[in-house]
Amino acid sequence: MSLAPTASAIAAAVRSGEVRASEVLEGCLEAIDQVEGQLGCFVTLTPELARAQAEAVDAQVAAGAPLGPLAGVPVAVKDNLCTAGVPTTCSSRILASWRPPYDATAVARLVAAGAVVVGKTNLDEFAMGSSTETSAFGPTRNPYDPSRVPGGSSGGSAAVVAAGAVPLALGTDTGGSIRQPAALCGVVGLKPTYGAVSRYGLIAFASSLDQVGPLAQTVEDAAALLDAIAGHDPMDSTSLPEGVLPCHRALDRGVAGLRIGLVRELVEAEGIEPGVRRRVEDAAEALAAAGATVEPVSVPELALGLPAYYLIAPAEASSNLARYDGVRYGLRVDGADVEEMQARTRAAGFGPEVKRRILLGTYALSAGYYDAYYAQAQRVRTLIVRAFERAYEQADLLLGATTPTTAFPLGAKVEDPLAMYLSDVFTIPTNLAGHPALSVPFGTDDAGLPVGVQLLAPALAEPSLVAAGAVLERSAPALPPPPVAASWRLGVPR
Amino acid sequence: MARLARIALSPEELDRYAQQLAAVLEHAAQVAAAPTAGVPPTAHPFALVNVLRDDEPRPSLDPAVVLAEAPAAEDGRFKVPPILGEAP
Repeated sequence: MSLAPTASAIAAAVRSGEVRASEVLEGCLEAIDQVEGQLGCFVTLTPELARAQAEAVDAQVAAGAPLGPLAGVPVAVKDNLCTAGVPTTCSSRILASWRPPYDATAVARLVAAGAVVVGKTNLDEFAMGSSTETSAFGPTRNPYDPSRVPGGSSGGSAAVVAAGAVPLALGTDTGGSIRQPAALCGVVGLKPTYGAVSRYGLIAFASSLDQVGPLAQTVEDAAALLDAIAGHDPMDSTSLPEGVLPCHRALDRGVAGLRIGLVRELVEAEGIEPGVRRRVEDAAEALAAAGATVEPVSVPELALGLPAYYLIAPAEASSNLARYDGVRYGLRVDGADVEEMQARTRAAGFGPEVKRRILLGTYALSAGYYDAYYAQAQRVRTLIVRAFERAYEQADLLLGATTPTTAFPLGAKVEDPLAMYLSDVFTIPTNLAGHPALSVPFGTDDAGLPVGVQLLAPALAEPSLVAAGAVLERSAPALPPPPVAASWRLGVPR
Repeated sequence: MARLARIALSPEELDRYAQQLAAVLEHAAQVAAAPTAGVPPTAHPFALVNVLRDDEPRPSLDPAVVLAEAPAAEDGRFKVPPILGEAP
């Protein structure tokens, strides 16, 4: 079920000549206009750039030239992915006016596939957060209840897709930043295997965890977007040489014969809402009814994911964010000497959550604490990798909740960092292991807020995730349209 | 830590962050109790290998384009305030 035209429907209509890409784009821009004032999904809209890209697609259609798989499909891009000549802010004051000189590989591949980039979406500052409230440019709101958060950090991307204003969006996932907002907004979110999608031009938060991936209305669209952006890139030394298998053709494969482990720690954990837990149990039944063998499994080490992550990710961030020093790009606040200039620049340019994480990371890496905190967290990371290896001896895929709760009210956790961090307790272990995972909407809780269920897989098993995700999607209880939703249909036929 | 991280913080910020970070650190300290004797650390999801490219000249970014984004530039270089302790 989808509100707006799906990416696959748009691409098919543009390909057949039923509509022009330019008409699709105008419909999309109008749809964005209908909801943007209430939701605040974008940091920057790029209508002129999008019109030029749509016209280029229309020229290809007119000339009978070969078309990319996403020809004419409007896409929103999270604002931590570089876009040449277009402001790329990371929702931070320190990069508020920065225009990158090049495109991120994921963006360049989207455009090469025929997609049309309509704008840059809001995020938690430098992707550090779970609610999109730490953005320097104001929060994004959840289309299902604008008094609630959309999740984060890819909150703008999730909310704009959920509102049916843009069919597809790019997000990034360091500890759950694609899957958690996808779950809270009722859309599909896929975190690919580490190295499956190039990180070139993705502004680094925690380099050993960051990964780019799709948010979409349907599993099919998410698979199409992943197929378009995945693959080896010589510009990213951590890009996997073999790459991930095409996912699109796995859509109708089903789950017959698959062994799926229902992970106790991702269903029965302390703090999980009963409405969420029930939906995960329903999802397990749906997979079993479709022919999968669903067995309970226990992976107690997953509980160590959150504490390990909050040492590893801030440590990497404190190093990565050292580059914002007022010298080469971004904000500068003058000082008497270099050190004062840098300290003032960073004080004025970074918001509270970024400052907290830099301080935490600096502490975890400092002499005297390094072994007790950072090195110990890395050893725990090994325990988690090994625990997953054992679990995948018994199961092809794992199943659990994406988040312990549905969308929470704005302001509820912003002054209590630990409470906010617990929102990612089910998504973080996947990032530590470098594995892929998929969040699929599966009905609502009693209050009518969307619930996401999470499928986890070993490295490079994205096709199995897509196959099982498509089964879940078909058997999921219908998700009502959100109160804040755009209304648009494919452009007027010529 | 704030000095090491080059962030000028007010006394109020220092107090607030110290309190908030104490709670986070207390949670993170759970890693200490994990049974890690003899367990090697993992720094990266997959074994990192050295990646080399052919040693051939390729076009790079135009210095004028790069310097256009700098807060201050002069004579084709980034311009910074005086560095303390520098020899005259």
